[in-house]
Amino acid sequence: MEELVYQQLNETVYQETLDNGLKVFLLSKPEMAKTFGIFTTNYGSIDQTFTPIGQDEKVTVPEGIAHFLEHKLFEKEDRDVFQDFTRLGASANAFTSFTKTAYLFTATSQVEKNVQTLLDFVQDPYFSEESVEKEKGIIAQEIRMYDDQPDWRSFFGTIQSLYHNHPVKVDIAGTVESIQEITKDDLYTCYETFYHPSNMVLFVAGNIEPESMMTLIRENQGQKEFPPAPEINRSYPDEPTHAARKEHSITMPVTTAKAMVGVKEDVSGLKGEELLRRELLSGMILDYYFSKSGAFYEELYKADLIDDSFQFETELDRHFGFTILGGDSRKPDEMAARVKEMLHELKDMRIADEDFTRMKRKKIGQFMRALNSLEFIANQFTHYHTLGVDLFEVLPVIESLTADDAEEYLKDWLNEEAIAVFQVKPQSNES
Amino acid sequence: MKITKETILEKDGYRLHILPSKKYKTMNIVAKFKAPLKRDGITERALLPHVLQKATNQHPSVRSFQAAFENLYGTALSSDGSKKGENHVISFRMEVVNESYLNDNEPILEEAFQLFHNVLFDPKTVENGFDPDIVEREKQTLEQKITSIKDDKMSYANLRLMDHMCKGEPYALHVHGYQEDMSSITPESLYTYYQQMIKQDMLDVYVIGDMDEKDVETLTDRYFHRSGSTNEDNDQVSVSKDVQDSSEIIEREEVNQGKLHLGYRTYTKFGDDDYYALQVFNGIFGGFPSSKLFMNVREKHSLAYYAASRFESHKGLLLVFSGVDPKDYDQAKSIILDQMEAMKNGDFTEEQVEETKEQVINQLKETMDNANGLIEVLYHQMLSGIDMPADQLIENIRGVTKEQVVQMAEKIKLDTIYFLTSHEGGEE
Repeated sequence: MEELVYQQLNETVYQETLDNGLKVFLLSKPEMAKTFGIFTTNYGSIDQTFTPIGQDEKVTVPEGIAHFLEHKLFEKEDRDVFQDFTRLGASANAFTSFTKTAYLFTATSQVEKNVQTLLDFVQDPYFSEESVEKEKGIIAQEIRMYDDQPDWRSFFGTIQSLYHNHPVKVDIAGTVESIQEITKDDLYTCYETFYHPSNMVLFVAGNIEPESMMTLIRENQGQKEFPPAPEINRSYPDEPTHAARKEHSITMPVTTAKAMVGVKEDVSGLKGEELLRRELLSGMILDYYFSKSGAFYEELYKADLIDDSFQFETELDRHFGFTILGGDSRKPDEMAARVKEMLHELKDMRIADEDFTRMKRKKIGQFMRALNSLEFIANQFTHYHTLGVDLFEVLPVIESLTADDAEEYLKDWLNEEAIAVFQVKPQSNES
Repeated sequence: MKITKETILEKDGYRLHILPSKKYKTMNIVAKFKAPLKRDGITERALLPHVLQKATNQHPSVRSFQAAFENLYGTALSSDGSKKGENHVISFRMEVVNESYLNDNEPILEEAFQLFHNVLFDPKTVENGFDPDIVEREKQTLEQKITSIKDDKMSYANLRLMDHMCKGEPYALHVHGYQEDMSSITPESLYTYYQQMIKQDMLDVYVIGDMDEKDVETLTDRYFHRSGSTNEDNDQVSVSKDVQDSSEIIEREEVNQGKLHLGYRTYTKFGDDDYYALQVFNGIFGGFPSSKLFMNVREKHSLAYYAASRFESHKGLLLVFSGVDPKDYDQAKSIILDQMEAMKNGDFTEEQVEETKEQVINQLKETMDNANGLIEVLYHQMLSGIDMPADQLIENIRGVTKEQVVQMAEKIKLDTIYFLTSHEGGEE
C-alpha cells in the first residue's frame, strides 16, 4: 500500500493495485460520520463496438446497453441488492456516463460490510430473460422522463449536431426502441469484457481506517477467481473535425426558447497534464468572459439575449470533447449569432495579467469548496485517474498557468467548421 | 457520535449561531430571514434576493461586485426562498475558503464578512430606491423564472397539487411570486419592502467551519448590526385542515410521461411526540428504494422509473410522486393507494421497521456531515422550540415501534390525487 501525502491540502491517499489488476484508493476522514464507496468500470455508453473477450470478431451492441446493464446488476436470482444495503443501514445508487459505469453507497455504520457488499454484487452478475424483459418498462419510463426535460433535450441535441458518427451522440439510456433489442446474452458479453478488475477502480473515502480497509479489500478479491486481464479492443468510427449540422432546431412545449452554441473539441492524443491544462484554461477563459463578471455576459444580459439560466461547460474525455454555451432566450437567433461572433473575437483577445490572477484565485477557491464533498473527491479522482491525471495535483497546475498560456490556447482554439447551433423552439400554439 | 456543539448568542437585533467544525476546508455563513407567508408582498420578497445579489454601494457595478467575490478566492454567494410551514424563509448563503489552506494565509474571512454585510445591509441605492436598471432587469429574470416552472414537469405538477390541495391556505402561495404583481413594483416600493424586511423579520446568522469562536464573534460584532430591531419571533401557525373527502384532479399538457402526485395530511409536525414515527412510516412507505412504493410501482409492475414519498415537517403534509405512462394511470394509482392501505393494516415486518430506523438515522447523520444540512436541522429545531442533541434524536428514532407506525398510518388522510397527463391519455 502506497501513501500519497498532499501537504497543502492536508490529505493522504492510500493506493494499491491488487494482483487481479483492481486499483484501490482510500482516503481517511475520521471527522466525518459518513463513508462513500464507489466502484467504477471504465466502460460507458460510447463503448458500443468492441471485440468480446475470447472472440476475434468485432460486435456492435444495442444502444443504451451499458446503462441497462447498470440497472440489471442490482437484481440477483433471489433478491434485489438495494435490500442488502438497506439491511446494512446504507443507501446505494449507480450511474452511467459516456465513458463510465459506477456503483456506489453511502453509510454511517457497518462500513466494512457495505464495502464487501459493493464488491460482491458488482462481481456476481445474474441476468435472466425474464428480468431483462421486466426492466424494459422501467427504463422506457426513465427515457420518457428525459424526453420531457428541455434542458436534457437541448444538451443532447447539441451533441448530436456536433457529431456525425461517434457514439457520444447516442443518448446514454438508448431509445425506447433500441432497448427492446437487448438480450441476456448481450449483457453477459458486455459484462465479461468490461467488468474485469483490471478495468476497474475502487475508491473509498470517509470514516475509515486505511490499513484494515485495504486488508479487507485484498482478502475479498483474493478469494475470487478471474481470468488473466484481457486486452480490451474498443473501436470507434472515424469522426470528421467539423460539425455534423451547423444549424438545427426542434419544437417542444416550452415557455421560452433555448439556444445552444456547441464547439467540437479536438482531443486526439490528449491525456495527462496536457488534457488537464486544456480543461482548466477553457474553464477559466469561458468564466472570464461569460460568467456574471464577464464583459460578454454583461452585454448579452443587458440586451436581454440571455437570462440567469445561461451556462457553459467544457467536457474533455477519451475520444471526444465539446464546449457548450447557452440557455433560455427570448431572441434565440440573435443570441446564437452574437455568441458565435464572441467566440471568434476571442482569437485576438488577451486577458490582462491582473484579471488572469483573479480567475486563478476563483478556480482555486472552487476547487477547495468541492473538496468538502467526499462524493466529489472519489468521483473526480477516479475520472481523472483514468485520464492520467492526479486530482490532488490540480492545485499546482492551476498555480502554474499564465495569461500567456491563455493567449496561446485561444489563438488556435476555434475552428468555424466545428461550431453548431441547436435550438429548442416553443410550439406555435403556446405563448 | 459526537454531539454538535452550537453556541447561540443574542446579538444586536439578531441571533448568532456558531458551529465550530473541522470537517470543511471552507467557512459557511448563512443568514435566514423569516416572516409569515402572505400574499401581500410575496413577489417583492421573491425579487429582493435577485436585486441584493447584483450590486452594493461599495461595488456599484454588477461586474465589479462579481469581481470582488472572485478575488476572494471565488467566494460563492447564493440565496433561496422556501416555506417552513406557513412562514417564508429567505436564506443568503456565503461560502469562503478557510484561509489556513491558502499559500499565503491571506486574511480573506474578514473581507468576506464585510462583503456579506454589504449585500444585506448596504445594497446599491439611487435616491430613495434601488438602482432602477437593476430592478427592471431582475423583474424580467423573475418573470422568466415564474413562467419556466412549467418546463420542469415534476415541479409544475407539485405546484399544481399544492394549488388545489391547499387552496385558501397560505401554504398554497408561490414563493417565486406572481407575474401580475410585477407592473406595480417600483425601485422605491421594493426598497420600502426591503427596509421593512430588514427591520421586522426574524434573523438568524449561522457561521460554521474550522475557526476560533471568539474570532467569529469579533467579526460579526464588527459588521452585523440591526439596531432598533427586537428580533421577535413572528411565527405564523400552519392551518391544519380536517379532510372529509378526497378529490381527484386531471390536467392535460403536451407531455410524454404523466406525473402522478398524491397529497396526504399527516397532522404531525416537527416537535410532536409522534414525529419520529412519521419518519419511520415514510421510510417504509416511500422514502427509500426498499420502500413499498418503489418495490411495487417500479420493481414489481415496471410502471415507473421513480415512485417515492416525502413529508413536509412544519405543515404536516405527505406527498407521493411518480412518473408513469398516461395509459397506466388507473393501475399506478390503485397500486399507490393499496400501499397506503397496507401501511394501515400493518402489512410490514418488525425487521423492516428496524432496518428503516437505521436508514433514517443514516440519512440524518449524512445530512449533518454537510454544512448546510446541519444548519437546516438546527434551524428546524429552533423554530419548533426543540433543543435536542443529535444523540437524543437518534434515540427517539430507535424507540419507534411497529404499533406507532401503524397508528401514524391511520392518522394520515388522503386529500388530493393530481395527474398531469397528455391530451390523449388517462381518464376523463
